[in-house]
Amino acid sequence: MAIIERPGTETTPAVVTPQQTLGAVKRPVETKGWREWLFTVDHKKIGIMYGVVAMAFFIVGGVEALLIRLQLAAPNGHILSADKYNQMFTMHATTMIFLFAMPMAGAFANYFLPLQIGARDVAFPRINALSLWLLVVGGIVLNASWFLGGAADGGWFMYAPNSGPVFSPSHGVDFWVLGLQVAGIASLLGSINLIVTVLNMRAPGMSLMKMPVFTWMILVVQFLLVFSLPVITVALVLLMLQRSYGATFFDVSQGADPLLWQHLFWIFGHPEVYVLILPSFGIISEVLPTFSRKPLFGYPFVVFSGASIGLVGFGVWAHHMFASGLGPVSVAVFSIATMAIAIPTGVKIFNWLLTMWGGKLWYTTAMKFAIGLVILFTIGGLSGVTHSVAPSDTQQTDTYYIVAHFHYVLFGGMVFGLFSGFYYWWPKVFGKMLNEKLGSWNFWLMVIGMNMTFGPMHILGLQGQPRRMYIWTKARGGEGLFNFGFWNMVASIGSFILAIGVLFFLINVVKTARSGKTAPLDPWDARTLEWLTTSPPKPHNFDRIPVVHHLDEFFHRKYEEDSAANTMRKIADGEELVRAEEAAADANIHLPAPSYWPIVLATGVGILGLGIIYGVPIMVVGFAVVLFASFGWVLEPSVAEDIDFAPASNDGNTKEIAPLG
Amino acid sequence: MAETATHTADHSTEHGHETSTGLTNNKLAMWLFLGSECLLFGGLISTYMLYRGRVSSGPHPSRIFDIPFTSVSSFVLLMSSLTMVLAVSSAQRGDDRRTNLWLTVTALLGATFIGGQVYEFTTFIREGLGFSTSLFGSSFYTLTGFHGVHVSVGVIMLLSTMGIIRKGKITGNKAEVVELIGLYWHFVDIVWIIIFTLVYLIPS
Repeated sequence: MAIIERPGTETTPAVVTPQQTLGAVKRPVETKGWREWLFTVDHKKIGIMYGVVAMAFFIVGGVEALLIRLQLAAPNGHILSADKYNQMFTMHATTMIFLFAMPMAGAFANYFLPLQIGARDVAFPRINALSLWLLVVGGIVLNASWFLGGAADGGWFMYAPNSGPVFSPSHGVDFWVLGLQVAGIASLLGSINLIVTVLNMRAPGMSLMKMPVFTWMILVVQFLLVFSLPVITVALVLLMLQRSYGATFFDVSQGADPLLWQHLFWIFGHPEVYVLILPSFGIISEVLPTFSRKPLFGYPFVVFSGASIGLVGFGVWAHHMFASGLGPVSVAVFSIATMAIAIPTGVKIFNWLLTMWGGKLWYTTAMKFAIGLVILFTIGGLSGVTHSVAPSDTQQTDTYYIVAHFHYVLFGGMVFGLFSGFYYWWPKVFGKMLNEKLGSWNFWLMVIGMNMTFGPMHILGLQGQPRRMYIWTKARGGEGLFNFGFWNMVASIGSFILAIGVLFFLINVVKTARSGKTAPLDPWDARTLEWLTTSPPKPHNFDRIPVVHHLDEFFHRKYEEDSAANTMRKIADGEELVRAEEAAADANIHLPAPSYWPIVLATGVGILGLGIIYGVPIMVVGFAVVLFASFGWVLEPSVAEDIDFAPASNDGNTKEIAPLG
Repeated sequence: MAETATHTADHSTEHGHETSTGLTNNKLAMWLFLGSECLLFGGLISTYMLYRGRVSSGPHPSRIFDIPFTSVSSFVLLMSSLTMVLAVSSAQRGDDRRTNLWLTVTALLGATFIGGQVYEFTTFIREGLGFSTSLFGSSFYTLTGFHGVHVSVGVIMLLSTMGIIRKGKITGNKAEVVELIGLYWHFVDIVWIIIFTLVYLIPS
């Protein structure tokens, strides 16, 4: 939204004169209603939309999971056919990873990254909007397959040749390939955007080692994405060319190598698991110090261990392929590299523990989820180490033991981190506190549900339950009380408890929106820059771009060291600090103007993709839209011209600090 | 898309903002994009190297490659990097006339290379190497085709930039826009050197 902000005035958006672009299309100028959201380039609105989209897909993926557990609860399940079951677990995983986990991390990154580094927006606001809309288009394409002949059914890693035209003749895999390709472009653009933002747009004084850990982890994740996404792009392109245009890449009868897909997929797929977990590590590295009322223990160790997890994460992909006969040298190398990753991860765990050690712990819901992450992720991490031992892994491959492992790290780790973030930052984003009592229900039901669901899977896996088994007979159930059938029933009951836990979160959100109490500006006595502004923040984020002197700048503005008593003395509170910023507000802040082109371009890309399935005429239409939108985009200045070079105000207070694109 | 987007999205250079790294946002983004592209071509080249000797039917590479012809078209492409440098240097001196001239020459050289590739592909198909003929065929056409698409996108960007400069409608820093397209163009050329060496010169 384009506004001119002057000291002392409230945030009234100035009216922007419509501007001709391509001689035909005017700029969007709405500041209210749905149009404002559709054409916005404000990183905060985009962040919220990312969150809403991700939450919607979380529910979709969750329902898919519940159907899977219903099918397996009792012998001879008849909820799903074998075919539908295959589609269900494939789409459950795909949805949760690409349409929930990554976008939800993207929501936090989009919203808080500029705030944490003291910037007014991301480096490329329109590309940011484009990423969001491409993600939405990708999600729609992926899920449209349910209604257009059945979804993909090859598992989330979609091994070729099984996913080739011979064994997967329906269009499901085509939709999957295209949906992921589009979502992949979205992530790639997003990652370039965020890296440039972090590297280039930090507030004065904020060196890399004064950045909040959340920002650091997001930076590492974006580097992982920049260098791993192109590899999955290649894999998807090869598969698409084989399925739609008769290429032979995975045609074993022609001499193709069945491991090609596996290598390409996992070179992307393993960095991807760190893409999923590191944002949550970042979130709890903010939450734990705040609620322990201590600085993070060993900040540089947390930062560098995060970076080294990312780096080593590129060299361990083949541990997903131990059972494929790689040969002893490869297996040994990848096995040892995988064990090595446990070291930086362990360093982080100990840093979090030592952060809490001796602190005045404040058990808010956010803190509970953060502690939950530390415990549950450690359990998942330990079973992970058992996979790194190749002989042991050979026994566990494709059993429920693997399913147990990655749900502990992803649900117990990643999802708990994200929920911790919801409770911690909700007052910042919406200006209202989530209900702590409902939050407690939310947390405990999720802890109990998650352990009941995924804990028994360790036992089931070691008893030999295969990973993609869609049905089991009574005879398979075994004898005695604690048999195969019993644990499957426990897991299914657990999954519903888990779902009720999530439901409590949604109830909490609705209740808070209706009648929640207004949040104070600094409800948690927080430490980082995003709290140095109003809640919710103004469109331009900061009235004055902060000058940073410390790690945890906001904390150090509130507290002063009292060397005599060897303690910290409070010298100001958040309200006072924010009011002081308002009084000294910059004049003539210009922000990027809204634009039609991101959403038009994203739609064009979607149509282009559908053309690959449904024929050349649709492709031509899609291409035309993409071309039209690209030129419209290029010819449109990112900041509306009439407010661009706003004249300096008389008090000489004009500052142009955050470069905006 | 990224390439059309990145080079004009940022407005900052006109304002003379200081960034934390000293590089402009646009240039940093372009470098990151090219870094990502390295992995893209890395994947495609690896696939080709894995499959180049696997000729279950159809002609063998050594029989159909016309190395003198491809050497000439490679030379044309490499020369276009030189003209691109001249275009960037003219743009930095603010010489619109020369900038346009060198951009045109670069685009023409690029188009010549694409013409050569189209001729080469049609010849190969006539000699029996279809896209589905063998693993070699699929991976050859995919790798060189991807590169061809990159050159074509470059030509479109060159021509569009020229048109936009001529109409005075450019939205960013003119010299920087030309420089960014130059970065992309050189990258595509360097990739071709690798492809030419691995695909054509090293016998399989």
